[in-house]
Amino acid sequence: MTLAVFFGCTFIAFGPALGLFLFTIARDPLRIIILIAGAFFWLVSLLLSSLIWFIAVKASDPQDEPLQKGLLIFGVMFSVLLQEAFRFLYYKLLRKAIEGLVALSEDGCSPISIQQMAYVAGVGFGLMSGAFSMINLLADSLGPGTVGIHGDSQLYFLTSAFMTMVLIFLHTFWGILFFHGCEHRRWWEIAAVVIMHLAVSGSTFCNPLYVGSLVPSYLMMAAAAVWAYILSGGSAQNLRRFLLCLRSGASPQLGS
Amino acid sequence: MITFMNNSDSEEEPCNERTSLMSAESPPVPSYQDGLQASGAGEAQAHRKRRTGSSRSPNNTAEREMSDSGVPVRGSALENEEEELTLKYGAKHVIMLFVPVTLCMIVVVATIKSVRFYTEKNGQLIYTPFSEDTPSVGQRLLNSVLNTIIMISVIVVMTVFLVLLYKYRCYKFIHGWLILSSLMLLFLFTYIYLGEVLKTYNVAMDYPTLFLVIWNFGAVGMICIHWKGPLQLQQAYLIMISALMALVFIKYLPEWSAWVILGAISIYDLMAVLCPKGPLRMLVETAQERNEPIFPALIYSSAMMWTVGMAKPDTAARGPTQQTWDAAEDGRDNHGSSTHADSQMSETRSPVPTRPITSLEELEEEERGVKLGLGDFIFYSVLVGKAAATASGDWNTTLACFVAILIGLCLTLLLLAVFKKALPALPISITFGLVFYFSTDNLVRPFMDTLASHQLYI
Repeated sequence: MTLAVFFGCTFIAFGPALGLFLFTIARDPLRIIILIAGAFFWLVSLLLSSLIWFIAVKASDPQDEPLQKGLLIFGVMFSVLLQEAFRFLYYKLLRKAIEGLVALSEDGCSPISIQQMAYVAGVGFGLMSGAFSMINLLADSLGPGTVGIHGDSQLYFLTSAFMTMVLIFLHTFWGILFFHGCEHRRWWEIAAVVIMHLAVSGSTFCNPLYVGSLVPSYLMMAAAAVWAYILSGGSAQNLRRFLLCLRSGASPQLGS
Repeated sequence: MITFMNNSDSEEEPCNERTSLMSAESPPVPSYQDGLQASGAGEAQAHRKRRTGSSRSPNNTAEREMSDSGVPVRGSALENEEEELTLKYGAKHVIMLFVPVTLCMIVVVATIKSVRFYTEKNGQLIYTPFSEDTPSVGQRLLNSVLNTIIMISVIVVMTVFLVLLYKYRCYKFIHGWLILSSLMLLFLFTYIYLGEVLKTYNVAMDYPTLFLVIWNFGAVGMICIHWKGPLQLQQAYLIMISALMALVFIKYLPEWSAWVILGAISIYDLMAVLCPKGPLRMLVETAQERNEPIFPALIYSSAMMWTVGMAKPDTAARGPTQQTWDAAEDGRDNHGSSTHADSQMSETRSPVPTRPITSLEELEEEERGVKLGLGDFIFYSVLVGKAAATASGDWNTTLACFVAILIGLCLTLLLLAVFKKALPALPISITFGLVFYFSTDNLVRPFMDTLASHQLYI
């Protein structure tokens, strides 16, 4: 509960996303707009799901603990489904936008491809999701307090930061997978994204047993990363060339 | 208001009384805010002309004056190519406005969250005389509506006054008004702000140092805003005075009145800019007829304009540096007709044979900027600042309002690119902001708090 915790958790949670933003998104105005619009779509989905949950809670008995727990589970699942629905809506909007950009361009091709839009949209969703999960915690971590004084886990801030980071990455990869599935009409890819999202959210019900939530989430992130990389045109050969700094068709060179 | 800036066509004009007066008048920062910001102190604030690219938002001045000048967006050339270019550069313009709006909001939110002074209730402005300390909800609502009616009528009167002054060419009066209001903002409000920040962080400062700092800040600000200065410094000063004004509003407007005023001012902005008899529209049309820039003060411009120096070969080398001056000239550029601009451009090109054509064209393209009125900045920041101040310490609400306002601005700029005329910048953003504020504060916050307490992630 000091500046150290604040900065540590901020950089754990948002460091990679900030890196992604600075190196791939910040230079291009169109990508920034797509990012913010993606964040907006996620926000609207959260709003609607909160509305449903709020109505359900208000209509039910506040003393009934199992009912409230059940309503919370329902709220979480419904929110996940609504987020994916809004991801689909955003895909539709971006498809229309690409047609508009093509019509406006001089050479008949859009300045940004649907794959790039998928990536940026995923980052937008992820950043907003992470921000909404983490910002209040970060603000509280600046002030005085003791974590877990009433018997809860003392690793609350740290695990929240790690969970936020994995969620941001997952949203990025899900964006790529989802849009690819929509583009090529592969419904099983879309279904896989939805199921993964439900699984990750469901695994957080194991908290504070963090092994049950963080480990599966990171494994799923690795799987989604590999899948998204392959779908984006990557292969083992590309990876080897990148790591060895090879140029295509040339002999291996040391150093740069 | 949001408008586009066209290339300046005024470089070749002979320097007569009108042009010199106009260049002196035009502050470097054209902004599209329609509303006037009223200084909280109740002093006459010069109307701030807020003109943002196409949208005009009425500015409300807490003081008597209201400057709602939105500058209508002067569309770019009517040619197809220019249309495409406008839309093509639309993304760049959006980002050129995102950055200052974001900076202004960050300054306001950071101040609200750290300096207690701006969240303490210490009285109200004379423009909102009805108190909200009543026990019953109905009475409180009634008082806030009455406050809003008074505030909006003050703004309407101010705007009409401004339009009349402009119509009857009382330029000196307007200029003096603007100078007085920016003097007050740059010196008095900065002094108060600095004092409160120093108090918050318990930093001691002696009066001579304070005087030196305030004097330098204010004097450079006056020069940058009303005369010439580097573009980025101008933009920074405009952002700072918008933030100061927004902080004054946040402090002195009672809670419910603030929300109702925000809603009412968006509606007023919409009507003032789009209705044929709206004051802001008449202001813009008069300026267009006279081929003058609308009041250069209180308009934030995002790009630099060609300056007179570009026309001469010997000054060609100094061209880029001179470009950063004279945001004031933007106003002129805005109102120039497209054909006039084209002829000007060809004239400026021919005497400069040493410059490669490509760089001229590049510079030409970079000059297409967009303007946003300072009133828009102020009311966006008021909304986000109020969300930060009153949303029970919740940062999610502030973030949601921020994203909503940015999306509203994006949509407004999209409409600007499509319609190519001055548009009000307030309605869409403020509507989104208000919707998201109330829904996030009442619906999302309990949900997210419950999720956080069980450490669930969605």
